[in-house]
Amino acid sequence: MENQTQPAISTAQGRALRRSRLPFFFKKLLQQKVLVAMSVPFLLWLVLFKYVPLWGWTIAFQKFRPAKGLFDQEWVGWKNFAFLFQDDTFYQVLRNTIVMSTINLVFGFVTAITLAILLNELRHILFKRVVQTISYLPHFISWVVAASIVSSALSPEGIINILLVKLHIIEQPILWLGKGEYFWGIIGSAEVWKNVGWNTIIYLAAITTIDPAQYEAAEIDGANRFQRIGYITLPGLKSVIVILLIMNLGHILESGFEPQYLLGNGMTVEYSDNLDIFVLKYGMDMSNYSLATAAGIFKTAVSFIFLLSANGIAKRLGESRLF
Amino acid sequence: MREGRLARSKFYNWPDKLFDLCNILFMIGLVIVTLYPFINMFALSFNNANDSIRGGVYLWPRLWTLDNYKYIFNEASIYYATTISALRTIIGTLVSVFCTAMLAYTVSRQNFVLRKFVTVAFIFTMYFSGGLIPGYLLIKELHLINSFWVYIIPGIIGVFNMIVIRSFIEGLPDGILESAKIDGAGEFTTFMRVVLPLTVPALATVSLFVAVGQWNSWFDVFLYNSSRIELSTLQYELMKILQTSNTAATSSTAADQFASGQSGVTSVTPTSIRATMTIIASVPIIMVYPFLQKYFVKGMTVGGVKG
Repeated sequence: MENQTQPAISTAQGRALRRSRLPFFFKKLLQQKVLVAMSVPFLLWLVLFKYVPLWGWTIAFQKFRPAKGLFDQEWVGWKNFAFLFQDDTFYQVLRNTIVMSTINLVFGFVTAITLAILLNELRHILFKRVVQTISYLPHFISWVVAASIVSSALSPEGIINILLVKLHIIEQPILWLGKGEYFWGIIGSAEVWKNVGWNTIIYLAAITTIDPAQYEAAEIDGANRFQRIGYITLPGLKSVIVILLIMNLGHILESGFEPQYLLGNGMTVEYSDNLDIFVLKYGMDMSNYSLATAAGIFKTAVSFIFLLSANGIAKRLGESRLF
Repeated sequence: MREGRLARSKFYNWPDKLFDLCNILFMIGLVIVTLYPFINMFALSFNNANDSIRGGVYLWPRLWTLDNYKYIFNEASIYYATTISALRTIIGTLVSVFCTAMLAYTVSRQNFVLRKFVTVAFIFTMYFSGGLIPGYLLIKELHLINSFWVYIIPGIIGVFNMIVIRSFIEGLPDGILESAKIDGAGEFTTFMRVVLPLTVPALATVSLFVAVGQWNSWFDVFLYNSSRIELSTLQYELMKILQTSNTAATSSTAADQFASGQSGVTSVTPTSIRATMTIIASVPIIMVYPFLQKYFVKGMTVGGVKG
């Protein structure tokens, strides 16, 4: 209320500015009417399908009943969030999410960088190509197919149990997907199996930008393979690694939805249910739209804070960053 | 084996040779781990179902049969699912790639007045989305539930794909678009006649991403169309089989019920049905992606850096 005078001044200034710019803007817009016609329909699509759901965040602050109209809902403030933070399952789900995405992040980074470096060390070009092509395959198949493969490989009569029994590592076949303690490791391994090849693409592209003269010089100085990898290849990958790390830190609360949903079962819920499944269970199965949306908002907010902090840290360290 | 530059030099000594040998062995191991599950599923899908129960079918069918495939394609649900999967892949890809390319062209025009605004508006949605529930309620309000179009319309524009195509258009030589304009071509004609043919590599990448996404999706079927079997997709049908056998794995009676409920006589088993469905759901992708490799590798590199 006390600021009333301030906007008045700025609108006056704005009006003066706009008076000179607006006709120019509209003239341009009219000139470019074809470009406008080619983009504005998609802008409307964007508003309808992406921005209207954002407005749906208000559901989290209501006691939403689907039977009532969108405008006759009862407002409850932060009550849904308060309820969320008192819910023990929420903390369990949060733990599962963070643990699984950390496993995916660390495991995924280390394996992809290692594989990229090893692929780069292959001398036979055709062999390298064939290995690369095959390694991309699991990325393109659906998680449904991947889950089908994983669950049959891990079944009591599956190949993993057969091999382990034959090698006398275990006595009896183990029901891998029936024990919660194994679940995180299974998901981490499945993610690596599915995406390690695909994730090498960006590192291999970065390796090709390293000056070959550096390798030749190192070779003449008597550096061995590991020294060349440690002192030339890895430093050359540093900025790509930092950028990807920032992008992935923004996804710390996205441990994936499909693998957990498809491979999880009644016996593993304590370890397999993550935030996305929590939202699905509360929202679709129990029709508690408000609580599910509150959990969704929590996820987006935390992700964004992580993204901004990681970006800030990268900036301070003098590394390349997202924005 | 063709040897590289190093092999001929005097620096190629025995630790290097050992490293190379281990590296090649490691890669062969990787190839086996990647391919074995598919080969095994293939073998099981062509093997007699009752014979498979005995175990020991690993790399090749022991008792060849087409019964599993015949059985599956006789199911009405699979017939519908195959049609819908193919239709949504074809229509969805054509519509999305054309629209995304058109939008990418407009935001690649440096003098377009809405360029910044449109770009920012789209990129913002990469970081903030309404999430599951508001999205679901919107689709319900729009009466897109229980309709084929729910597979197409919400996915018309992919922001990441738009960035890939935009970067590609911006990398085209300046003169080409200018000369089209001098020849009197309007923006839309320039887009259709000049830009589209020149951006084929980027379009191929994006088409692959969209087509794979369409072919592989089951969650939208589950969420919006699960009550209408004629709108189901292959992946959703496989997902249902998987869920049944996951619960079946925990109790043998459920497994028996599943087998007899599906077939009456046990000419097929859950294992063989699952293997066959897995092959059907993944073969189209296996056939296509290797041919687009050089495009998507490039597209990933461009999009990954600028996105």
